Amino acid sequence: MENRPLEYDYTVAKMFMLTTIVLGIVGMLVGVILAFELAFPSINTILGSGLAEYTNFSRLRPLHTDAVIFGFTLSGIFSTWYYVGQRVLKVSMAESGLLMFLGKLHFWLYLVGVAAVVVSLLAGVTTSKEYAEFEWPIDIAIVVVWVIFGMSIFGLIGIRREKSLYISVWYYIATFLGIAMLYLFNNMEIPTILGTSAAGESGIGAWYHSVSMYAGTNDALVEWWYGHNAVAFGFTVPIVAMIYYFLPKESGQAIYSYKLSLLSFWGLMFLYLWAGGHHLLYSTVPDWMQTMGSIFSIILILPSWGSAINMLLTMKGEWQQVAASPLIKFMVLGSTFYMFSTLEGPIQAIKSVNAIAHFTDWIVGHVHDGVLGWVGFMIMAALFHMAPRVFKREIYSKSLMASQFWIQTVGVVLYFTSMWIAGITQGMMWRAHDEFGNLAYSFIDTVTVLHPYYAIRGVGGLLYLTGFLMFAYNMYKTMSARPVEESELQSASPMGA
Amino acid sequence: MFHWLEKNPFFFAVGVFVTIAFAGLVEILPNFAEQSRPVIGTKPYSTLELAGRHVYIKNSCNACHSQLVRPFKSETDRYGHYSLSGEYAYDRPFLWGSKRTGPDLMRVGNYRTTDWHENHMKSPASVVPNSIMPGYAWLFTNVADIDTAYAEQLTVAQFFSVPYNQPVPMKDGSTAVVKMGSSVADANALALAEAKVIVADMRDQDVKDAVASGKIPEIVALIAYLNSLK
Repeated sequence: MENRPLEYDYTVAKMFMLTTIVLGIVGMLVGVILAFELAFPSINTILGSGLAEYTNFSRLRPLHTDAVIFGFTLSGIFSTWYYVGQRVLKVSMAESGLLMFLGKLHFWLYLVGVAAVVVSLLAGVTTSKEYAEFEWPIDIAIVVVWVIFGMSIFGLIGIRREKSLYISVWYYIATFLGIAMLYLFNNMEIPTILGTSAAGESGIGAWYHSVSMYAGTNDALVEWWYGHNAVAFGFTVPIVAMIYYFLPKESGQAIYSYKLSLLSFWGLMFLYLWAGGHHLLYSTVPDWMQTMGSIFSIILILPSWGSAINMLLTMKGEWQQVAASPLIKFMVLGSTFYMFSTLEGPIQAIKSVNAIAHFTDWIVGHVHDGVLGWVGFMIMAALFHMAPRVFKREIYSKSLMASQFWIQTVGVVLYFTSMWIAGITQGMMWRAHDEFGNLAYSFIDTVTVLHPYYAIRGVGGLLYLTGFLMFAYNMYKTMSARPVEESELQSASPMGA
Repeated sequence: MFHWLEKNPFFFAVGVFVTIAFAGLVEILPNFAEQSRPVIGTKPYSTLELAGRHVYIKNSCNACHSQLVRPFKSETDRYGHYSLSGEYAYDRPFLWGSKRTGPDLMRVGNYRTTDWHENHMKSPASVVPNSIMPGYAWLFTNVADIDTAYAEQLTVAQFFSVPYNQPVPMKDGSTAVVKMGSSVADANALALAEAKVIVADMRDQDVKDAVASGKIPEIVALIAYLNSLK
């Protein structure tokens, strides 16, 4: 009995795998539609003028960002937690009825939340704050889902056999705490049904409407403290958690340096939160905060590169695996995009660069080289690695995976290069003066010039979506094939031709 | 120390929380009160303007338009005086945006008119050739939600002491009073009176008829809001 290996229970991990794939397709599809709407505005009324309200760019835009952040990425985080957590803590979810129940409750409540978000955003019920668009009833639901996630994490830690927490667990804990703090403080709002008129009427107007507790500059400050760090604790911290687990597992290599991982973790925790100010350069928030935002953004290169270098050096002496395995390719290129993106970000946070870059497509490009190249690649790699182990089947097709890798890589490159050119072009045109000191270009001149870049970006996005559909197909075929893997797999994941 | 922390999840979590909460405390708290003080000339939004602001938010106009003029010559030439913190004192939420796919709208009320907005919202390319902005035809038929705007006025007056029905100092030394209704019916009457001033400059007969019959289409509220941005 004692000598039998633990049978981990992946029920909840599998459920979240499904939402990762489905919501990924939704989010990326909406993104591609939006990209082409900018290039070819007639697509705004693609479903006819009667439905134009629901298909136009501005109404769909929050649906894209939220579907990718809170749909695809968050599902990926949950799915990997319910897989990695058990394994590094050496305890099965099957051992605790309560944890199993919480895990399933977590999933179903999350699904209800997702449905509510989709309906409300399409209806235009939004607070307008980026990545925090949800009105108070949904906010409360999200807090409940998050608390259950926290109970799952700490519950599993509470019954663990492995006493020392592995690096990935540090990052999952930080994800939980960081998002909890940021989300709560940024969404402080007062439902307007609390207002009472002089005539004694109350409960007036839409019941779900609320008003922010912060006004103007304060609201902006709190929102970008949140917005920037939602990126930190949604797109960086949990993704680092994944790579610290999946890269060593898949490659069979030990983490290069424990000390480097310590430095990177605590450095990231301390530094990241200061950097939110770089979204507010030259705004009306106090100068010293803007400067702090700039400075800390640059220092942030250290812990970011610390993690990435730790990952790349983990492959030391085993670089032939990059050529041999498309799964390793995803993770290594993911780390590389992470380095690239965390260098680009600090450059954009330098005040004089930001003066040109802010409000332009260069920022959009920066977000996407991080999210497509790092977050997307890493989550897909994690799911690929998990598939043979949770479904007990080899990955359906290695060659499909390899083609997907190249198609998506080309997609990402087209995306960010076109957005660099678009952003810098527009930023320079906005500030150009003629020989008499007048503005050289009207605003519309700086828009029409972007057309080719918008079209290229659309193609880049379409390639990435195509690759994601290949990923979804590969996963579907893996799930539905006949089981072959009976024994617990060691490093490299088995792949079919 | 780190090895010990890694074996004690509770203290580990406390350590992480203190580390990440520190920056927020230092950065956000010190200037909180000062930044939310209005500058002279900044008024609270009227019921109709606030309803228009809700239309602006409902359609995520802020996804493509900023409301923040940075202190550069190229921006003050294009949009007017750079933004001051106190000008946003009544903005809940703030609408600075993060992307200028279209131009900044911080002071659009200074250089665009009601009829320009009417034409532009129907068909942007009719007034700005080659514009990539889509038309917003549904604003002409959807009815604005005045009740919710009124509820918001009541809420901010009660919780944040926003000075409705009180004299507010203006730049020319005079004072202005922004009225807030005493009941839902009163608030709707005030908004309708304001809407009538706006539609006098509009051409769309259906919109005019709607206002005449006591309904306020979203476009009227939105234009009232855009005109207030100065």
